[in-house]
Amino acid sequence: MDIGGTLVKLVYFEPKDITAEEEQEEVENLRSIRRYLTSHTAYGAAGIRDVHLELCDLSMCGRTGSLHFIRFPTHDLPAFLQMGRDKHFSSLHTTLCATGGGAYKFEEDFRLMADLQLHKLDELECLIHGVLYIDSVVPSECYYYENPADPEHCEQRPFPLENPYPLLLVNIGSGVSILAVYSKDNYKRVTGTSLGGGTFLGLCCLLTGCNMFEEALEMASRGDGTRVDKLVRDIYGGDYERFGLPGWAVASSFGNMMCKEKRESISKEDLARATLVTITNNIGSITRMCAVNENIQRVVFVGNFLRVNTLSMKLLAYALDYWSKGQLKALFLRHEGYFGAVGALLELLNPS
Amino acid sequence: MAGHSSGTNRGSHSMDKSITLPPDEIFRNLENAKRFAIDIGIRIPLIYTWFRLRHVVTISMLQEADGDPLYEISVQEEITARLHFIKFENAYIETCLDFIKDHLVNTETKVIKATGGGAYKFKDLIEKKLKLKVDKEDEMSCLIKGCNFVLRNIPHEAFVYAKHADSEFRFQTTHPDIFPYLLVNIGSGVSIVKVESEDQFERIGGSSIGGGTFWGLGALLTKTKVKFDELLQLASKGQHTSVDMLVKDIYGGAYGSLGLTGDLIASSFGKSATADKEFSKEDMAKSLLHMISNDIGQLACLYARLHNLNRVYFGGFFIRGHPVTMHTITYSINFFTKGEVQALFLRHEGYLGAIGAFLKGAEEDNPNQYSWGENYAGSSGLMSVSPDLNPMQRARSGTFDMLEMDRLERQLVNLPLLQDPSSYIPDTMDLTEDALAREYWLYCFEEALDGVVKRAIASQPDMPEAAERAEKFRQKYRHKLQTLRNQPFAYGSLTVRSLLDTREHCLNEFNFPDPYSKIKQKENDVALRYYLKVVKSLEELSWEQRQFALVRGLLAGNVFDWGAKAISDVLESDPEFGFEEAKRQLQGNTETFYTQTIRGGPPHTCALFFVDNSGIDIILGVFPFVRELLGRGTQVVLASNSGPALNDVTNGELQILTERIAAMDPVIHSAFKEDRLTLVQSGSSSPCLDLSRLDKVLATVVRERQTDLVIIEGMGRAIHTNYYAMLSCESLKLAVIKNSWLAERLGGKIFSVVFKYEVPPKH
Repeated sequence: MDIGGTLVKLVYFEPKDITAEEEQEEVENLRSIRRYLTSHTAYGAAGIRDVHLELCDLSMCGRTGSLHFIRFPTHDLPAFLQMGRDKHFSSLHTTLCATGGGAYKFEEDFRLMADLQLHKLDELECLIHGVLYIDSVVPSECYYYENPADPEHCEQRPFPLENPYPLLLVNIGSGVSILAVYSKDNYKRVTGTSLGGGTFLGLCCLLTGCNMFEEALEMASRGDGTRVDKLVRDIYGGDYERFGLPGWAVASSFGNMMCKEKRESISKEDLARATLVTITNNIGSITRMCAVNENIQRVVFVGNFLRVNTLSMKLLAYALDYWSKGQLKALFLRHEGYFGAVGALLELLNPS
Repeated sequence: MAGHSSGTNRGSHSMDKSITLPPDEIFRNLENAKRFAIDIGIRIPLIYTWFRLRHVVTISMLQEADGDPLYEISVQEEITARLHFIKFENAYIETCLDFIKDHLVNTETKVIKATGGGAYKFKDLIEKKLKLKVDKEDEMSCLIKGCNFVLRNIPHEAFVYAKHADSEFRFQTTHPDIFPYLLVNIGSGVSIVKVESEDQFERIGGSSIGGGTFWGLGALLTKTKVKFDELLQLASKGQHTSVDMLVKDIYGGAYGSLGLTGDLIASSFGKSATADKEFSKEDMAKSLLHMISNDIGQLACLYARLHNLNRVYFGGFFIRGHPVTMHTITYSINFFTKGEVQALFLRHEGYLGAIGAFLKGAEEDNPNQYSWGENYAGSSGLMSVSPDLNPMQRARSGTFDMLEMDRLERQLVNLPLLQDPSSYIPDTMDLTEDALAREYWLYCFEEALDGVVKRAIASQPDMPEAAERAEKFRQKYRHKLQTLRNQPFAYGSLTVRSLLDTREHCLNEFNFPDPYSKIKQKENDVALRYYLKVVKSLEELSWEQRQFALVRGLLAGNVFDWGAKAISDVLESDPEFGFEEAKRQLQGNTETFYTQTIRGGPPHTCALFFVDNSGIDIILGVFPFVRELLGRGTQVVLASNSGPALNDVTNGELQILTERIAAMDPVIHSAFKEDRLTLVQSGSSSPCLDLSRLDKVLATVVRERQTDLVIIEGMGRAIHTNYYAMLSCESLKLAVIKNSWLAERLGGKIFSVVFKYEVPPKH
């Protein structure tokens, strides 16, 4: 599992090739956990199993089975631990591999509340290993957007990530980490920014009163950010040619909101859209600078901020293409936020 | 100053009541304005004008006749140029335009140069009110032009901000080559511009997250109709940790393997999504401020690294002297570059656009061909930093701010003999950082004020209103001293030099261009009568005795200094205090120079001598010494002030004195005639000396003559400034300490001799 600032990501491998004897030997506790996880798609108020991401007929460690992807809010972790305790998870004598900051923060809680010892793993290493593994076993994992400048013809296209290095890996969770990856074990964290998915949701909650990521995204999809932002054309009447700035570019995010009348004339949807555009463009801009400084042309975006967030993905694809004059390509992965957890699972199966 | 507003009748009928400065002080010399430029920003438009008139003292030689003075002194009007900058809230634009219209009588100009986002908005208003055509200039190129101008002409323009240090502002000595640099302009959005030369610059990047985001988003979050400053105020009182998700909120502590500390922000506003609670306005504003400052700092660093630049200046309304934003930007730059790049700010950042627009309009006058100097008397200086410290001054800065710059008659350059021009700091003591010394000198200048006023009145016996002007001078200078007591950083680093220069500027402002002219005249006259006698008695000495006597004479001459309070008291009360008496008072020994150079080494090719006082100092101290140097085959260049300061000898006076001495003394006569003795101007009108701002002609002469010895004389030039200056040739710094506090601080007694002979390290 990967315990982040906002979400806990859990991957669970369910062997499907269980023989009758094995079934016989399987202890009751394990069976009940397996059944609980695989027979539901929602757990408690906010736990979700992303069924569409499930990988079937996967070979792992000589077994064939399905890989399940489950997530729940980090603030529900106590409930999760309670469940682990009720289902006597600790009796299984299984090591629980955990990564993400929560592996450190909640280590004590795991021990005290559920009698579980955590095997803590570095989150960046898990992330990279997870990305490389999933990409190697899932044929159409990686994709890009064709014609990002043209909304009518902008479409997803698979991108074979055969020879991935060097790679800029941008993980957008609550915050953002940007890694330059040169090989499986050779990578560095280039920089990060605190303006990430947590900022988008946090600001949306304050500005619109919503409280769910999906709700915020839905509002954003219906809003018009250009009423909130001050565009180049709002200042110069058109393009600012002296500096090659197109009229449609945002000159000042939320710039129109300096004016009281305009504050009163916009909708919550407009605000959600502007927030999304602001955060996304900023990530694009920092990413582009890092790519240029590190001399890397291929950029892979991951993290749960991009979940069901086509708006941001297309925006990133467009921004990278436009401002780099076609030099940079934005790539995305279907299992957006689960790579850290997958990497932790791999560590469990193949301890180095 | 607020008290003056009711007393002014000029224009007060048309001025807004809340304008607290007397308009005749703000819009001084408007009648003679030649050109205008305006920069209309979101909140503060700027106007400035150009004016030409000032009083100067001129001296002219008289035919020699017994009983007549040496030369004649007269006061004349001279044409000169000054830039007036006035900055006010754009709420006052209409009243200000009305005022300008009423007083604009002599102008020939038909256009006003305008820049800034509001130039369109106010175009019609300006054209209607002033009957001037608005000529719009590109915002960014004006900004860059203005930035180059202040960096080149104002020595302590740039500073580093350190919130918790003894002095919050650390001023930087401007590198002689100001290019290349990065300018990060934070207006509503952010523009990042790389400037490579006067005319070459490029916008290499930018961001939409800027001041407008802080303001707009801040207004939405706090749900109040707030001004930008009020939002900053809110932010300065807030705690961002309740809103932001920190590394420790995720990790429970630091993320050690990456070196991320627990207090680092992992996700801005990350907590406002998960907690069902209300957040205070202050906390949200603080979080927003951090988010935006960090983001801008990060981008600036990425661009600085990509273009390999380490001088990064920040400006725009987001910065504009706000300590809160200067602090967060500085913090961010430190974090992202691990201290390799320092965030630099500019004292006159708010004027850059207007300066640039003006320069574009004044191209026919070639303003960039001249050097300019900040006039301390007419400039309001950097405002108080802490918003709580001095609300009155804060309020004042909200209405009017002024800057005046004088066009200097000479183009100023570095002394070619500076060992490392980029690290040269003229001033010996930084009073901004040394609170004890600051206290002393401020007290000292205040104590001396009565005497200066008396002297000023006495210098103009035929002018009945002199007393009234002198009183205005007293008020002005006393006010300056008070300002400096509260805000030592107002005009850059506070130094004895800046205190002296401010006094000279204030005196000039009230038409006391040279209060010591008559004293200098009398003393020159008296000293000249003794010249031959002194020379003769020196010639009677053995070679070795003569060398020591010459140095003693030089130092004794330097005792006669009206600038030192201890001396002016003596000279005032005991007119008979003489050269011999001065020699007896000297403390210390002076052998080094003679044993090391004059006796041992070959004669120097050329000596550059920065002289000090008129009268006994120059005539009975310096000239016999110069005579000896000439006798050794060394050429001598005498550098004196271009304009008057205290009783320092000016270039004009020195011309006459040299001719008088040449007429008596064949050695001087032939040297002067053959150009082995040359007089040059320093380009300065200060009792101190800044070797990085000297007349270009002086620099040329120094280079051509292969100058290999520099002599700097006097407290102002060799102690208060240049005491630690490193030159690439031999140098001699000499002075008599005529101030017991300073003597004590340097470990000696009053009338101790400083005689510092230095040889540069051999390479």
